Amino acid sequence: MATFILRRTGTMILTALCLTFIVFFLTNLYPNLEKLAKTQGNFRMSDEEVASWLGNRGFLQPMPVKYGQWLGILPGYVIRGTDGVLRGKCFGRHMAREDAPRFCGVLQGDWGYSLRFKDEVRAIVGVRLGLTGWLMLMVMAVMVPGALVMGVLAGMREGSRLDRTLSTVSIVTTATPEYVSGVIFIAVFASSAVGLKWFKGTATAAMNDMTFQNFALPVLTISLYGMGYIARMTRASMAEVMTAQYIRTARLKGVGFAGIVMKHALRNALIAPFTVIMLQFPWLLNGVVITETLFNYKGFGWALVEAAGNNDIELLLGISVVSVIVVLSTQLISDIGYVLLNPRIRVS
Amino acid sequence: MEPLGWADITFRLLIRFTPVWISLIAVFALSIRFRRRLGLYGRLFGSPIGMVGFGVVMFWALTAIHAGLFHLIATHDPLTQIPGMKNSPPGTPVADARTSGAYAYFLLGGDNLARDVFSRMVVGSGIVMLIAPLATVFAFMVGITLGLPAGYHGGRLDAGLSFIANLILAFPVILLFYLLVTPEIVQTGLPSYMAAILFVFPLVFVAVLVNARLRIQPGKRNRVMAATMTPLILLYLVAVSQKDTALSFLPARLDPFDIPAGILVVFVSVVFVNAPTVFRIVRGLTLDIRTRDYVAAAQTRGEGAWYIMLWEILPNARGPLIVDFCLRIGYTTILLGTLGFFGLGLPPESPDWGSTINSGRKLLSIYPHSALPPAFALLSLVLGLNLLADGLREESLKD
Amino acid sequence: MPTPEHDGPVLEIDRLSVSFFTRSRAIPAVMDFSLGIRPGEAVGLVGESGCGKSTVALAVMRDLGVNGRIVGGRIRFRGRDITAMNDAQLRHLRGNEIAMVYQEPMASLNPAMRIGRQLMEVPMIHHQKSRAEARALALEMVADVKLPDPRRILESYPHQLSGGQQQRIVIAMALMSRPALLILDEPTTALDVTVEAGIVRLIRDLGAKYGTSMLFISHNLGLILETCDRICVMYSGEAVERGKIEDVFDRMRHPYTQALFRAIPVPDADRNTRPLVAIPGNFPLPDERPRGCNFGPRCAYRVPGLCDQGRVPLQKVDGNKGHVSRCLRIADIDWTAPPAASGRGRKPGIGKVTLRVERLKKYHDLAANALFGGGERRVVRANETLSFDAHEGETLAIVGESGCGKSTFARVLMGLETATEGRILLHGNEIQDIATGDRSRETVSAIQMVFQNPFDTLNPSMTIGRQILRALEVFDIGNSHAQRHSRMLKLLDLVKLPRAFADRLPRQLSGGQKQRVAIARAFAGDAAVVLADEPVSALDVSVQAAVTELLTDIQRDHGTTLLFISHDLGIVRYLSDRVLVMYLGHIVELGTTDQVFAPPYHPYTEALLSAVPVADTSFSKREIVLEGDVPSAIDPPPGCPFQTRCRWKHRVAGGLCETRVPPMRTLPGKHRIRCHLEDPILGEMQPVITAAGKAR
Repeated sequence: MATFILRRTGTMILTALCLTFIVFFLTNLYPNLEKLAKTQGNFRMSDEEVASWLGNRGFLQPMPVKYGQWLGILPGYVIRGTDGVLRGKCFGRHMAREDAPRFCGVLQGDWGYSLRFKDEVRAIVGVRLGLTGWLMLMVMAVMVPGALVMGVLAGMREGSRLDRTLSTVSIVTTATPEYVSGVIFIAVFASSAVGLKWFKGTATAAMNDMTFQNFALPVLTISLYGMGYIARMTRASMAEVMTAQYIRTARLKGVGFAGIVMKHALRNALIAPFTVIMLQFPWLLNGVVITETLFNYKGFGWALVEAAGNNDIELLLGISVVSVIVVLSTQLISDIGYVLLNPRIRVS
Repeated sequence: MEPLGWADITFRLLIRFTPVWISLIAVFALSIRFRRRLGLYGRLFGSPIGMVGFGVVMFWALTAIHAGLFHLIATHDPLTQIPGMKNSPPGTPVADARTSGAYAYFLLGGDNLARDVFSRMVVGSGIVMLIAPLATVFAFMVGITLGLPAGYHGGRLDAGLSFIANLILAFPVILLFYLLVTPEIVQTGLPSYMAAILFVFPLVFVAVLVNARLRIQPGKRNRVMAATMTPLILLYLVAVSQKDTALSFLPARLDPFDIPAGILVVFVSVVFVNAPTVFRIVRGLTLDIRTRDYVAAAQTRGEGAWYIMLWEILPNARGPLIVDFCLRIGYTTILLGTLGFFGLGLPPESPDWGSTINSGRKLLSIYPHSALPPAFALLSLVLGLNLLADGLREESLKD
Repeated sequence: MPTPEHDGPVLEIDRLSVSFFTRSRAIPAVMDFSLGIRPGEAVGLVGESGCGKSTVALAVMRDLGVNGRIVGGRIRFRGRDITAMNDAQLRHLRGNEIAMVYQEPMASLNPAMRIGRQLMEVPMIHHQKSRAEARALALEMVADVKLPDPRRILESYPHQLSGGQQQRIVIAMALMSRPALLILDEPTTALDVTVEAGIVRLIRDLGAKYGTSMLFISHNLGLILETCDRICVMYSGEAVERGKIEDVFDRMRHPYTQALFRAIPVPDADRNTRPLVAIPGNFPLPDERPRGCNFGPRCAYRVPGLCDQGRVPLQKVDGNKGHVSRCLRIADIDWTAPPAASGRGRKPGIGKVTLRVERLKKYHDLAANALFGGGERRVVRANETLSFDAHEGETLAIVGESGCGKSTFARVLMGLETATEGRILLHGNEIQDIATGDRSRETVSAIQMVFQNPFDTLNPSMTIGRQILRALEVFDIGNSHAQRHSRMLKLLDLVKLPRAFADRLPRQLSGGQKQRVAIARAFAGDAAVVLADEPVSALDVSVQAAVTELLTDIQRDHGTTLLFISHDLGIVRYLSDRVLVMYLGHIVELGTTDQVFAPPYHPYTEALLSAVPVADTSFSKREIVLEGDVPSAIDPPPGCPFQTRCRWKHRVAGGLCETRVPPMRTLPGKHRIRCHLEDPILGEMQPVITAAGKAR
């Protein structure tokens, strides 16, 4: 088991490096930098001025070198610029030049500075991640049990009335992306014009004071889309297990229906949905971004949109690193969980 | 003039869709009449779920055709602003309709720029119904062309391709979109290069298909190859070469059409996001089917690897692939909506559903009527595709 | 519920009818079926797939699913009517008073539950036993089914046991609550013959020990003979004949039973003197049954106007108590008349060597578990120094159980894998290192293969004609499409299929027909060597004979070398010229059919012969049951591969068997054996199967 986790972790680190490099590469393409120069300097800079502005700040070094510096495995640049000023990546804002460390990248904990929020990226990511964490927690608490119960109930008697009803519900929810369900929810439950006015159409207040009224809609919006998918997976898996021969063995052993479902079918039926739930994270993140934008909940996803919309390169990189790590860790958990749930795979 | 009541609005909407109803009835009548001869498609008409799904999908497809090609159904131009109609509620009469000869009402009201919501929704279906299926086809071409050899040969090739696929899959889609679909990136020409690569796959696919089948008859193979590949290569060159971008090599005379940069980048990123999933599905199916005896029988006949992949394995994987194709069009529609929702790619005035929802959501609490029609349209199309997929799955399992 | 004393039959099935309901119609699966089982009695239910025998079992358990329903008749268990029971009563019955053993042991056990819990569940449900009591019972039962180390077994998951061990667990589970009736549904079909022999013996011993009544369902007449007191033969949903074993086996009074016996090879069957007779035609689909007698259209004794009128009732057979048959012409038919001699001539002589295998070795690296990787690389020794010749026009049978390396050998021969060491010579050319794709067209078309599973051997989405045409194209036969097309039609003629089949898809064909197409495809390029990997084992008995006959006919006409891989010694003895016995990658015995089937044997061959059930009362068999399972080829035992299970091992001095692989010895008549036993001891060996001296 240890070697397995080690190998998986190795692959994960490699993947993370590749992904962050891609993000780094895309955000550091010249047009992005040019825009950066113009917004930071002034909009009427000539091409030469842009180039020297960028050159003075280390942006025109070769891409792998820049990536290495950002990562913290290459020493940060120290450049005497064309304007005669000595600049260094690691020269802190409140630090004597002599005390500056040689390395200052993500690995050293220096994630850079956000131009949009005028703050350290690390601090921003921490705060926003915390807010989104609450949202995700609520979503998981609603979505996973709901989906599993729905799937198991539908799958245990395939073709029954209950099955048909639940299956229809889950198909409808999988066909409703967050931006559709969110819009409908707001119109129906929160609109001042026609709606029922049960809930709040914005979740901004929930950042400080989470209530059922202001948090129910965003949570419901994200959960609903994922719920249908997981429920259908669970149903399919459950229905398949219920036709397995060992279920017939159990039935002909005299085990009652409840016993069959709980003792014999459930564990086998949950193996497949478990992996699915874990692999849902990449697009759960999607849902978070959409929902946070729609409900104006200033979490991680909202920060992503802000960073991307304002060409805030360092913040965008920080956010990418975090999301990539989140996604990859869930994949790792999914692999390990699969092994633990399925006795047929034993690691020697 | 008085504003219309809801009964009137509903009635007038049904009337507007008359061409769609007629074609829909024709399609159903013909299909049911000849269902015995139509294979899997025909059997769809034995499953109620499949029929409902097919009906909904066809409704939007026909709407797209009638509105896009024949300019029927829509009541107004989707981009024209009519003074005084800003945020007008459903059924509001148009002020000087009598004199200008325009349709007399905004059936579903006006949006915040005083454009007709109904017409925008109808015309928007054209954009969705064009891009989503086409992008899915390309994603399948890429996924199949790479997934077959990965599953069949295994080993390093499989490990490498799977790693890349997992890499793309681990990317949060929205981040990828924000990185790829920005004006700055378009400026670098990256989407054009990606298009140049992605558009090659259909060519490779067809070429390999022809070669595998006719390898043992070289003369016939060369003729068929030339006949199929020449138009395809021309089409490819025309599609890839764009004026005023990094890839502009064809002289203007030989380049009859250009894909608008916004659409191209949206198209490319949607294909890029979908292809790895298709790859994984095809690879999995191939791993399963390659253990069958008929594959071994082909191997013992000395068939080439590509013949086995394309003629022995692929046709027998078609059931799950067709089902996934339907689901994936739905998923692609959702992705397109997501792009529109964030205002990425397509121009802001574009009537596609995602963009319309995006522009409508800002005043959602006060004027919900402009965001809801495209939202329900998108919902119904994806729902229809899911039901269709369910029906197909049910029927294909009956074999 | 206390069981009232009941001294009548344990089970009485009275005119049972079962139908399955689809959306549009009802399909009768079992019609007018009656059977009684007395205490302690074992009754065999025999028939081909689809005849309704499993439906009878499930009807007794009242487990017919949502679509199946009992539409007529009664089933009484110890006097109580099962058809009228409610759910609670049924639950009490199932697993407690009636228990069942299934065909596929692996699928019948819950993969995610330890064996112990699955066993303990039975007494805990039915007898309200505590965990400790249930565990003690389970331990006792596991020991009863002769599994080693019961404590460890209880802690294992099903996948950690071998197939034979799993089936013993299923049997243990069925017997946990000492049921009055045990239903066994093809309990050994998925197992190897030597393992099967062990299970059969266990079932017989336990049945005697506990006095359990048994309903034994099987397609194998030999197994029924070895285990049962009475037999009921089913055909297309009906019982066609029922009676005591001796009556039905020796004095059968139904044409179907007779045809069945004539289609299976028994030890004195011979291609020339007593050939197998296939049953013509196909099994009728449940919704296309003929009018009158179901077997009518395939029956040699049919009289139009009599047999095709109304339903045929069961008739008493005079003189035999309890013997009934569903035939109107019992008295008219001369049941002792020998089958019509087929005018087939003797086989032409055997020609020169076409295929020579010299010291062939195939090891493969076991790709360390792909998901987890790491660990040391392990080697599977699939083939060890195989050497033999095969001649033109000869049928060489390769016999062995699963894991003996015969499939690997087939893959190497076909070029799907290359050899590790040694040579394969086809017409004198070395081919062992050339993968199929690199072989010349002549070589590829010269060696072709017929696969085991007819449902898997044809591409489901290509027409029959197209598939044969493709083979012709690849083998470069014919100059034009027209020529190839006519050749394709001729090939269909050759395998006795209608030409119209060219446009059909495989799913429109029956298993036997598919296998015919596979044969046509293999012979498309006039193959010099055809490798048939268990070509009939997946087919029904009545079809097996026809396909075998076809294969040997074509072989005879073309002078093809036929390598016939099989585990069925009956069919091997019937059709092969020479036999090669494999065990764990080694050839352990090689000789003519007569040499291999008569002493001296290799100890493994001896056990194998004993394990194969013989469906003829006139033969008696010495019972030799092998202990344990076939060892793994990854970790073979040192010395002789068979030493772990050999009953002659103690006769070899100095523990030689455990240290040295025996050399291949040549006995008189080029009979070769890989064994340390000395000649005098080999000479002591007695025949396994002996005719009881009864004239036939």
